[in-house]
Amino acid sequence: METPRPYSLLCELTYRCPLQCPYCSNPVDFARYDAELSTAEWERVLTEAASLGVVQAHFSGGEPLLRADLPQIVRCARDLGLYTNLSTGGTLFQETIGAQLREAGLDSLQVSLQDADPKSADRIAGGTPSFEKKKRAAQLAKELGFALTVNVVLHRRNLDRIEEIIVLAEELGAERLELANTQYNGWALKNRAALLPRRAQVESAAAVAEAASIRLKGQMEILYVRPDYFEQYPKACMYGWGRVFLTVTADGSVLPCQTAREIRGLKFENARHSSLDHIWFESETFQKFRGTDWLPEPCRSCPRKEVDFGGCRCQAFLLAGDASVTDPVCSLSPLRGLIENAVAEAESAGDVEWIYRTPAESRRHASSGATG
Amino acid sequence: MSTFPDAAKPRLAAKARLKWDEIRQKPLLLFPEEVLVLNPTAYEVLALCDGRRTIGEILQSLKKKFNNDAVDGDVRDLLARLAGKGLLVIGD
Repeated sequence: METPRPYSLLCELTYRCPLQCPYCSNPVDFARYDAELSTAEWERVLTEAASLGVVQAHFSGGEPLLRADLPQIVRCARDLGLYTNLSTGGTLFQETIGAQLREAGLDSLQVSLQDADPKSADRIAGGTPSFEKKKRAAQLAKELGFALTVNVVLHRRNLDRIEEIIVLAEELGAERLELANTQYNGWALKNRAALLPRRAQVESAAAVAEAASIRLKGQMEILYVRPDYFEQYPKACMYGWGRVFLTVTADGSVLPCQTAREIRGLKFENARHSSLDHIWFESETFQKFRGTDWLPEPCRSCPRKEVDFGGCRCQAFLLAGDASVTDPVCSLSPLRGLIENAVAEAESAGDVEWIYRTPAESRRHASSGATG
Repeated sequence: MSTFPDAAKPRLAAKARLKWDEIRQKPLLLFPEEVLVLNPTAYEVLALCDGRRTIGEILQSLKKKFNNDAVDGDVRDLLARLAGKGLLVIGD
């Protein structure tokens, strides 16, 4: 079969961030990677991506607004005909930079909120006041004429306020609301005991989100991403490894997904030294889990193998210690018990404190040599 | 399914962009977080949704182009689906 070309590129412009959310999707050891790509290097990455078939560029971080050259990078993407989307925490989004980004041709803006309750939101983001700044950022985005998406990561401590979260997004004039339950990789896995919800929370939130998405049809689109721990089958992670997406990290590593760096033993090539074309088509890592030929049982003989591609490789590595086995979240996996145990613990456990995503915590983790 | 009046003038929402993909030789509809690979007919329809033409005019033009009087249902269905996703704005 012919190798598919990617549609979408995630540019993690920096790992620096003023926020410290305990479920951050950056690698736990992000503090190790401090040599960020230059403006010219990002422009080259975008040019190579467009030639490779990419039509959408997502700019994220860390906090991408910490890059002073963001408007220039966005303009480059637009000049290449790419659809551009910015994911920001919002605390640094102000009139001047907003107008510059609008002028540069940014198509879509995504602002993260942590909760609808100000105190809880500030606590989740690391303690310094951020909630009001984020609300102001969302309002400013609308005033500037951006298509606004509000993104909220859901977990044990905010799921019960999903109704209020939806109302808030509505008030802010979001055209799209992403309600994504935490994916338990990286920081979120370290903090799983604090974040994993009870089943009743998950069921009730799903019902509220569904009712709201019917009520708001045509006005605000609601995407509710269910937590895979409570599902029967795994997610179609990245719609398949090396099939639709690629990520370039702050330091230039090219990954099949943003958390793939957690899989020890895989070698990731760098956009500083190799072309995206070469990495996508030729590199060992991108080919390793591409398609379905590599799949083990019970996936190999499963009729769903073209639906979910065996699930998430990072989750397989982090929970089973082997990236090439069926995602343990699958009810057909011999390791599903790992998930059931975690869910059962969450059911009876009280509230646990999380650790924040700080450079100090990251360095501590990197020097201890731990991986999970 | 909602039926929009023939006099309504549809246009792509600001967040959506129609693109001819040179590499794949396929029409695409781009919007936040998603890419829709269009079939040739859907591309023709959306290319006509410019906020000036009415639905009646769009239907006429497509009937002529495809020499087919039976396009109405499919086109109205497409417009309703995209409007439901907020990708198409149906103006008066």
